[in-house]
Amino acid sequence: MRAPVRTAAAAATALALLLTGCSGDGGGTDTNGKIELRFQSLAWQKESVDANKQLVKEWNATHPDIQVEYVQGSWDSVHDQLLTSFEGDEAPDVIHDASDDLADFAYGGYLAELRALLPDRLTADIPEQSWRTTTFGDGVYGVPFLQEPRVLIANTKILKASGVRIPTPANPWSWEEFRQVTKELTGKGEGKATYGVAWPLKEPVSVTLNLGLSSGGQLFHRGADGKVTIRLDEGDQVVPGTIRDQVNTDHSAARTALGMGGSDTLPGLFGGRYAMVPLGFSYRQQVVEQAPEGFDWTVLPAPAGSDGLAQGVSPQTLSVAESSPHKKAAVQFIDFLLRPPNMVRLAEGDWMLPTGTAALADPALHTTENGWATGAALAKGLRSAPAQSVRGYPEWKDKVATPALQEYYSGAIGRDELNRRLVDDGNRVLARYQR
Amino acid sequence: MSIRTGRSARTGQYVALLGYLVFLAFPFLWLISTAFKPARELGSLHPTWIPEHPTLDNFRQAFDEQPLLQAAANSLIAALSAALIAVVIATPMAYVMARHRTRLSAAATGWVVVSQAFPFVLLIIPLFLILKNLHLINSLWGLIMVYVVWALPFALWMLVGYVRAVPPELEEAASVDGASRLRTLVSVTAPLLAPGIVATALFAFITAWNEFFFALVLLKTPEKQTLPVVLTHFLGAEGAAELGPLAAAAFLATLPSLVLFAVIQRRITGGMLAGAVKS
Repeated sequence: MRAPVRTAAAAATALALLLTGCSGDGGGTDTNGKIELRFQSLAWQKESVDANKQLVKEWNATHPDIQVEYVQGSWDSVHDQLLTSFEGDEAPDVIHDASDDLADFAYGGYLAELRALLPDRLTADIPEQSWRTTTFGDGVYGVPFLQEPRVLIANTKILKASGVRIPTPANPWSWEEFRQVTKELTGKGEGKATYGVAWPLKEPVSVTLNLGLSSGGQLFHRGADGKVTIRLDEGDQVVPGTIRDQVNTDHSAARTALGMGGSDTLPGLFGGRYAMVPLGFSYRQQVVEQAPEGFDWTVLPAPAGSDGLAQGVSPQTLSVAESSPHKKAAVQFIDFLLRPPNMVRLAEGDWMLPTGTAALADPALHTTENGWATGAALAKGLRSAPAQSVRGYPEWKDKVATPALQEYYSGAIGRDELNRRLVDDGNRVLARYQR
Repeated sequence: MSIRTGRSARTGQYVALLGYLVFLAFPFLWLISTAFKPARELGSLHPTWIPEHPTLDNFRQAFDEQPLLQAAANSLIAALSAALIAVVIATPMAYVMARHRTRLSAAATGWVVVSQAFPFVLLIIPLFLILKNLHLINSLWGLIMVYVVWALPFALWMLVGYVRAVPPELEEAASVDGASRLRTLVSVTAPLLAPGIVATALFAFITAWNEFFFALVLLKTPEKQTLPVVLTHFLGAEGAAELGPLAAAAFLATLPSLVLFAVIQRRITGGMLAGAVKS
């Protein structure tokens, strides 16, 4: 059956290409010479969608010669949708995505290289470590603008009743101290939760790698020849070792949470079953919306290791399609969207942190209400996620690391087997991408 | 052969049936329950089937945030048109394939089987390019064309079975009685095929109504998007979701299919059983 399928596919593609060859779309400019841009946004929460639409409206009102159309995208399917749009030469001019989704598009030549187009103000406003998340090879293929650290969302009543030291960004828990604290918080009776912590590890890889940076974990090592290999050092073992011990030795972390997504753990947090849950900063919105009346909660920094509060992030980005005939205008619009006051509006709408230093300094993002100040204080420790530009990472993540880490955390395999699978099997996967 | 069942065996069968019905109904009942719960009840550690403080806020929010009515209208137009066109095209084709077993009909049958093996990703880019050159991107007609093409093989497959279940002797008898070919088809074959045609149309409708990926890729502007695409706008990154409004909107999205099933259930059952017993 395969031969007919191949033949059919080849015929369909040939027909499609033939038809494409006959077309001659100018696109992007109307008959009056007015530039028309399409901006595909992945904003999804009401406040965020409203902020984006309002900014587009303000731009359109002040730039009659460059009109922007807001197009709603979806996080759930953005990669496939963009890939098809790129192949069909129908991509939006301005593209909202996450930095860890950009590598394939950047290497594939679908995204415009932005360095020469970006205004100095924007380049200088965003720190170098954020630019690294959108730098592939020698080029910059997106503007990172929103990011979220992983924090501990905690039940204040349980914390206070237990008498444990409350950490701050200036004086966080070490990973060892965190382990001790979760033991103290676990138990029955006043001031105790059923479990000190619930790790929602349905997707264990990014959590493990990103938090691993705090203890010097790097996992991916780029050699002089530019090739990446996987190696587990002592620093790489701290985070997974702590989680495994909490689940299997101390019983201070809920085993059932290992298969959960972040939202799934919230009822347990509200109900006092878990004292703390490590979640992305933006989950505060769900806590505000869903927590029962009188639920007292706080935001704590994730534990620190030898490298302090460092952790990896994949910021939200704005890119320009290589096929766009109006790259300069598209970057002008991005520059407008990311002016400090506008970046603050976008950050508040998404309950995230802006990457821009001017926006981050805005007092609105430093209030103690809803933990904004704690999150803002963590911003300087945010780094490019370790696997950001490693080709073959998605396959390694899905086929090797996810099952290996899930088995390790549940206690099914030990450290040696985990290392063997992550390193030996992992390097075989990466090698195929680096021939 | 007769089947004897004792009382306990029959009880077991009913229990199994009940269990199966509960299993099937659980997601839908949970969806309804979630749609009427206020946000704070959604985060409860001890969720209840019946909302303690039922609210319509999720529906209000869903309608407030997304153009659900417009999306539902788009879905309805696309699904109804696709179903109608698919059965209009598939019925005569199925008749030919069932009644005239030539090399051509054998090849067509083979092609129907092969076409079911095409994965979406293989089709979508050539399809996208073709529709683009026909200026049918961001057009419901473009989407309807895709749905018709997508539904045709299976519709054809279903209808061939139904046609074969109609005894050729009936047509021969009509012919002997002096009916023309067209009269035979209209007065004898078509009524017997009606349940099958309805079942096939329903299949095509449901397929199009639920379809997400083609609609996502082909429709650009919010006023053209269909319900499954609009529903994803309640989802954020890493599985985060506006659960209440999502459940409310999803509940509304299931209603047309349910109503349609309820209205034509008898015809479907009749269609499915047609030809099941050899006389």
